[in-house]
Amino acid sequence: MQKNTSKSSVANVFSGIFRNQLFIPIAALLLLALFNFIMDPSFFAISFGHNNAGNPVLSGRLITILDNGSELAILAIGMTLVTAASGGQDISVGAAIAIAGSVILRVLCGGQVSPEHLQAPIIVGFLAACIVAMLFGAFNGVLVAYFKIQPMVATLILYTAGRSIASWINNSQLPIVNEPKFGYFGGLIPGIPIPTPFLIAVLCMIVIALVLKFTNLGLYTQAVGINESSSKLNGLNPKFIKLLSFIILGLCVAVAALIKVSRVSTINYSVVAKDIEMDAILAVALGGNALSGGKFSMPASIIGAYVIQFLTTTLYKFNVRADALPAYKAAVIILLVVLSAPVVRDKLSSLGKKLKSGTRVKEVG
Amino acid sequence: MQNVDFTLCEGEIHALMGENGAGKSTLIKVLTGVYEKDEGEIFLKGMDKAAVIRSPQDAQKLGISTVYQEITLCPNLSVAENMYIARGKGAGQNWKKMNADADKILKSLDIPAKATQQLSSCSIAIQQMVAIARAVDMDCKVLILDEPTSSLDEQEVQKLFGLMRDLKKRGVGIIFVTHFLDQVYEVSDKITVLRDGKLVGEYEIETLPRVKLVAKMLGKELNDMEEIRDDSLVYKEKDADEIVFEAKGLQSNAGIKPFDFYIKKGEVNGFTGLLGSGRSECVRAIFGADRVLHGEVKKNGKKIKISKPIDAMKNGIAYLPEDRKIDGIIGDLSVRENIILALQVLKGFFRPFTKAQAYKFADEYIKLLEIKTASADTPIKSLSGGNQQKVILARWLLMNPEYLILDEPTRGIDIGTKIEIQKLVLKLASEGMSVTFISSETDEMLRTCSRLVVMRDRKVVGELSGEDLTQNKIMSTIAGGDR
Repeated sequence: MQKNTSKSSVANVFSGIFRNQLFIPIAALLLLALFNFIMDPSFFAISFGHNNAGNPVLSGRLITILDNGSELAILAIGMTLVTAASGGQDISVGAAIAIAGSVILRVLCGGQVSPEHLQAPIIVGFLAACIVAMLFGAFNGVLVAYFKIQPMVATLILYTAGRSIASWINNSQLPIVNEPKFGYFGGLIPGIPIPTPFLIAVLCMIVIALVLKFTNLGLYTQAVGINESSSKLNGLNPKFIKLLSFIILGLCVAVAALIKVSRVSTINYSVVAKDIEMDAILAVALGGNALSGGKFSMPASIIGAYVIQFLTTTLYKFNVRADALPAYKAAVIILLVVLSAPVVRDKLSSLGKKLKSGTRVKEVG
Repeated sequence: MQNVDFTLCEGEIHALMGENGAGKSTLIKVLTGVYEKDEGEIFLKGMDKAAVIRSPQDAQKLGISTVYQEITLCPNLSVAENMYIARGKGAGQNWKKMNADADKILKSLDIPAKATQQLSSCSIAIQQMVAIARAVDMDCKVLILDEPTSSLDEQEVQKLFGLMRDLKKRGVGIIFVTHFLDQVYEVSDKITVLRDGKLVGEYEIETLPRVKLVAKMLGKELNDMEEIRDDSLVYKEKDADEIVFEAKGLQSNAGIKPFDFYIKKGEVNGFTGLLGSGRSECVRAIFGADRVLHGEVKKNGKKIKISKPIDAMKNGIAYLPEDRKIDGIIGDLSVRENIILALQVLKGFFRPFTKAQAYKFADEYIKLLEIKTASADTPIKSLSGGNQQKVILARWLLMNPEYLILDEPTRGIDIGTKIEIQKLVLKLASEGMSVTFISSETDEMLRTCSRLVVMRDRKVVGELSGEDLTQNKIMSTIAGGDR
C-alpha cells in the first residue's frame, strides 16, 4: 500500500511538472545551459574588472544575456497582457520603440543635431516618450477593442507607418546626445557593476508582480480573454480592459525605447528594435501561453524572453554567420514552441497519468 | 465510466438516462470516438469483429452520427455548408447542387430554413434541427441525440419526435438522451439507466413507471415530487410588502415591446411564454445586459439608472443568464475564480480578495450547494453541466443580492439538481430575497412562483397569480384566448 501511494505520487509529480507552464521554458533554459557547459565551460565565466572609465563592471556571456535580453523581457510583459486580453498580438512594438526613442531624443536635443548640453532633463524626455507611446498604444487598443479589428491588422498600421513617424519627429535628422549620464540607462551606472538595462528589467518585473498581486488586472484580463460576453455580464468592461492592456504595452515600449537609445546615445530609425515584435510574441508563446488569449503566466513569458536571448548569444558564440542566424534560431524555436503548446503539454501530462495507472494495474495484477 | 453494457436494436428509440455526471455523455463520446476506451468492445450489425472507433470520422463512416446538446455547427457558414461540411468532394464542389440537395432535405423534414441562409441567423431551435438534418442525410444507422430538445419549444419537440418516429420506421436505431421525463415516455421503447459511471439496468418502457425511473437515477426512493412545494415557504402577497424593484415602459434594443414590471420583497415571480417570446430579453433589460432605450427603473421607490450590468449589480441585482456556456462560465478559470468573480468586480479593481478569502468563499459554496468538483482550483469547464450551473449560482449568491434573476437555471441539468435549485429559490425568498425565476418547464414555475408574467411575441400579454396559476390558464394566456 505504502509503495503504491509513493509510486503514484511520483507519477503525480511527473504529470504535474509537465502540466506546469514554467516547465518548458525552464527546461529549455537548462538544456541550453547544459549544451554550452559541455561545449565550452568557459561560457559561464564571469569576470570582474574595470572599464575604460575606471568603473567596476561584471563581464561574461551570462551578463551579456541578461543585459541584451532586457528590452525583450520588458516587452514580453506588455505583450503577455495584450495577448491574454485580446487574443491577438501587437506587431507594432518595434516601430513604436522607434517613435518613443525619437521623442526622447527630440526632447533632450531640442531639435538640434548634437547639442553641447541637454535641452531638457532626461526624466522629461522619458515622460514625454511614455505619454506618446501610451497614446499610440491607446490608438491600437481603440481599433482592437472598440472597432473590433483583428489585433494584427490593427497594429499593422503602426507597424508600417511607425518608423516614418519616428523619422519625421526629428525632421529626418539623427540627433546625438553628448551627456554621459544619458548613457547610464543602456550601460552602467558608475559604481554598480551590473548592467543598468537588467536592473530596469528587474524593476519592471517587480512592478508588474506587485500590480498583479494587489489589483485584479490578472483576473479581469484572463476573464475577458476567455469569455468576453460572460465577463460583461459580471460587470466588467471588456473593451476598456483590452484598451488598458495596449496602454500598458505602450508603457513597456517607452521603457524599452529609453534603454535602446541610451545604448548608442542616438537612433537609427530603420534598424532600431527591428523585428523585436516577433521575438516578444515568441517569448509569450515559449512561455506556453495560448496566443488565442485567456489564461497567462507572466513569469513563463519573461523566462521565455531570456531563453530567446540565451539562444541568440549561444549562436553568436559558435560563430554562426549573422545572416544565417535567424534560420538556426527558427529551428530551435519551432521545437520549443511545439513542446510548450497547450496541446502537447496536455498529451505529456496524460502520459504521466497513464504511467500512474500503469503502476496501479501492475500491482493489482 | 466502468463496465457499462449497452445494446441498441434496429428501429428502436432507446433512452439513456442518468443524472449529470452519471456517464451518459462519456458513453456517447466513447461510442463516437471522441474519447478512447480503456477496455471493452463495440460491435455493429454486419460485422464479425469489434468495430474500431478511434475518431469521430471512424464513427461517421460506420454510420454513427451524433447531435450534441450544445450546437457544434459553424455559425458563420451557411445552412447547406454546415450540412455538407467535411463530406464534400474537396475541390470541385458543385455548390448549386449542394444547395438544392440541402433545400430538399430541409423541406422533407419540414425545417423552416433556407440552404443559403447563414446558420447564425437561425434560432437555436432551427440550428439544432439543421444538425439533425445533417445526421439524417449522412444515412446513419445509429443516431445519437444528446439533449436535442433542451432548446426547443413544445411544437418543435413534436416535430422532432415525428422525425424520430419516421427514422425509427426506416430502421435507424436512436439513442435519446434527455432530462425531460415526459419526452422519454412519449417516444422511447427502452430505457438504460446509468449512475455514477456504472450501469444500473436496461428496462422496457412499460415495466418502468416514472417514479421508479427517478428512484433508479437518484439511487434512492423519491417519495413524492410534489413535496417540493412547501406551502409554508411559498410567498403570500401581503399589502404591507413594499415593492423593491419597479420598471415602467422599459425597452431594450433586443426588440421587445416596452413593458412594466415590479417585484416585492420576498416574492418569487416568473416570466413565461414560448421560446423566443422575449422572456430573457425582459430580464436582460432589467439587468442592463442589453442597451436600454426607454423607461425608468425604481428601487424602493427611488429612481435609479441602470445602463450596464455593473449598475445593476451595485443596486443589488444578480442575473444568472440563460446560456451557461456563452454568458455564464469563464471556462479556463478555476471554480474558485468563477465563484468570486462577480463579488470581486463589485469590490473593485484595486481591492482583490486574498487567496485565503477566495478559498474560504469557494469552499463554503462548494459545500453549501454540494458542487461536485475535484477541488476549488479545477477549471470550471471540466465540471458537468449541472455543477457548472451551481458554480454560477454560487457566484451570484455570494454577492448576497436583494433581487436574484434566474434565467433557465435548470436547463440541461439533472432532476436531483433541479429540485435542489427550486428548493433553494423558495428558501432564499422566504429569507427576504426577491427572485425572478424563468423556466421552459411550466410545472417548475408553478411550483416556485406566486405570480407569472406571460409573454407572447415579445410583448407582455398578461399576469397570472393566485387561483389563476394553473397549466391550463397559462396555456390559454400564452395562446391568446381560452381554448
